[in-house]
Amino acid sequence: MSSASAYLPIIRADNLTMAYGDFVVQRELTFDINQHDIFIIMGGSGCGKSTLLKHFIGLKEPAAGKVLFRNGGGETHGGNESFIDFWQTAEKQRQKLMQRCGVLYQSGALWSSMTLAENIALPLGEYTDLSEQDIRHLASLKLALVGLNGFEDYYPSEISGGMRKRAGLARALALDPDMLFLDEPSAGLDPISARLLDDLILQLRDNLGCTVVVVTHELASIFTIGNNSVFLDADSKTMLTTGDPKELVNHSEHDTVRRFLTRGEA
Amino acid sequence: MNGERFEITEHQGARELLLAGDWTIHQELETSDQIIQAYQQMAFHKVTGAAVEQWDSALISLLLRLKQLASQQGATLELGAFPEGVMQLVALAGKVPERQGTNKQKAKSSLLSNIGDKAITDYREALNFFFFLGESVKSVLRLFRGKARFRGRDLREILSDTGPEALPIVTLISVLVGIILAFVGAVQLRQFGAEIYVADLVSIAMVREMGCMMTGIIMAGRTGAAFAARIGTMQVNEEIDAFKTLGISPMDFLVLPRILALVIMMPLLSLYADVLGILGGAAISIGAMGLSFTEYWNQTLNAVDMIDISLGLIKAFIFGIVIAITGCMNGIMSGRSASAVGDAATSAVVAGVVFIIVIDGLFAIVTSLLGI
Repeated sequence: MSSASAYLPIIRADNLTMAYGDFVVQRELTFDINQHDIFIIMGGSGCGKSTLLKHFIGLKEPAAGKVLFRNGGGETHGGNESFIDFWQTAEKQRQKLMQRCGVLYQSGALWSSMTLAENIALPLGEYTDLSEQDIRHLASLKLALVGLNGFEDYYPSEISGGMRKRAGLARALALDPDMLFLDEPSAGLDPISARLLDDLILQLRDNLGCTVVVVTHELASIFTIGNNSVFLDADSKTMLTTGDPKELVNHSEHDTVRRFLTRGEA
Repeated sequence: MNGERFEITEHQGARELLLAGDWTIHQELETSDQIIQAYQQMAFHKVTGAAVEQWDSALISLLLRLKQLASQQGATLELGAFPEGVMQLVALAGKVPERQGTNKQKAKSSLLSNIGDKAITDYREALNFFFFLGESVKSVLRLFRGKARFRGRDLREILSDTGPEALPIVTLISVLVGIILAFVGAVQLRQFGAEIYVADLVSIAMVREMGCMMTGIIMAGRTGAAFAARIGTMQVNEEIDAFKTLGISPMDFLVLPRILALVIMMPLLSLYADVLGILGGAAISIGAMGLSFTEYWNQTLNAVDMIDISLGLIKAFIFGIVIAITGCMNGIMSGRSASAVGDAATSAVVAGVVFIIVIDGLFAIVTSLLGI
């Protein structure tokens, strides 16, 4: 596995505080997600993992602090100047950034009134000048990548939960994103399907070269795919640590993190 | 019979409760209450369950209540000779102390603070409404500049849902309204021998008021609720989020075709309702009052002018906007649960009907002031 430090940071959380009204979920989060990482956002139930993801994909504005995306192709320094402040920048710039992101939602969130092919075709039609024929071919390709060839004309209600997850992933891949955000991809899947999905994520990262951010608390997934992570703690309402989960499990100075990664045995 | 299931013995000043027989949730629970009462009268120090046969959580619950009572009085309660499982479950239930602040018992709020809360919620809802209205206007402007995108197939589907498929119910209601108006008019006008004016009454009432208002109310119940439920369900499934993150405006993609569909269909349906209402009135006038069709028809043509018809159509157009916006807004603002979607559908209908009648009232006042 490639070491995380070989790549430059692509997403940065800078002193980020998240809140619903007066209720603070997490405060003072500062960490980098490097290019080509499979970055795990982990932590116990209700600690704000999915909320953190919403801050990256433009669904929730930070209460304080910044979410920064690296400006594509720009010269890189360590500082914030080569980054775009997601929530301060103009709406148009934000839309452009969002087009570089693919999102898989917890429930799949496929548009129920459209077939699988139409689900994938919609973003393509919106943001490219491809002909309908080409779009159709691309949609079939994306479905084939996730193992759903032949299901182009099925509606989301006609396929199983695991297939919906994979179709959701295919839609997230529609615009060939640089960054892929997955919200609990393996939740509700049987162990074999979950494993297959993990393999798929690894392959996509290796072959398409995208950065993957995964919200999960499935230990098997965390160790199989993750090479970098942040741990959110529900009690202290802030992050405890970042790093490769495979190292954290033995060497983290935080009891909570080690206990989490060993199902409470360490 | 209770005597068989528990007994309190006293031995050298130490009271002991002996439990026997079955202690399950299918037994009478009063026995438990009797034991609690007994404990309050004379505390015992030990509970023994050697003779307990069948048990389940009913027994565990009783023991926990007793232990809690004992600890409130600063005493301890010893459990003896219970089956292993009982002891372990009691231990398990006491293992994690109750987390502070998790017990959701709302402090009783005063009437004043309730009124305040309600006012704040209503104020926010009103703000939301105007915000949504503004967004809709922006979306319509984008449509005129050719920038708004939605699928033609969606629009066609919604058009057919809101138009042709609403015809049977609109037919039924408007014919009946025409008939009712004719009867009401006939009873009054017959006293003056002026039955022919039933035609005026029915046609003017239908064209100016009842046609568009009844159609509006039908569509609010039929289509407004459907919009709210459909979009609310999409909200629950995170489908709306998926639109937003892809930079596709849900206003353009979901709300705009629905506004368009109703704005097109409402005037057409309302015109259809006018004609059928007039025909309903004609049926009564001819059948029950002996007028001829030609008489009725000529009288109707004389009574109704273009101003009446335009007024009805303008109102139908506005009602279409109102129904689409209240329906879509409640859907998009819906919470993420099954009951929230139900609430969204309900408030879409209620708001739609109220708005329609209020707007119709305003029109009545303004037109009479202007003498139209």
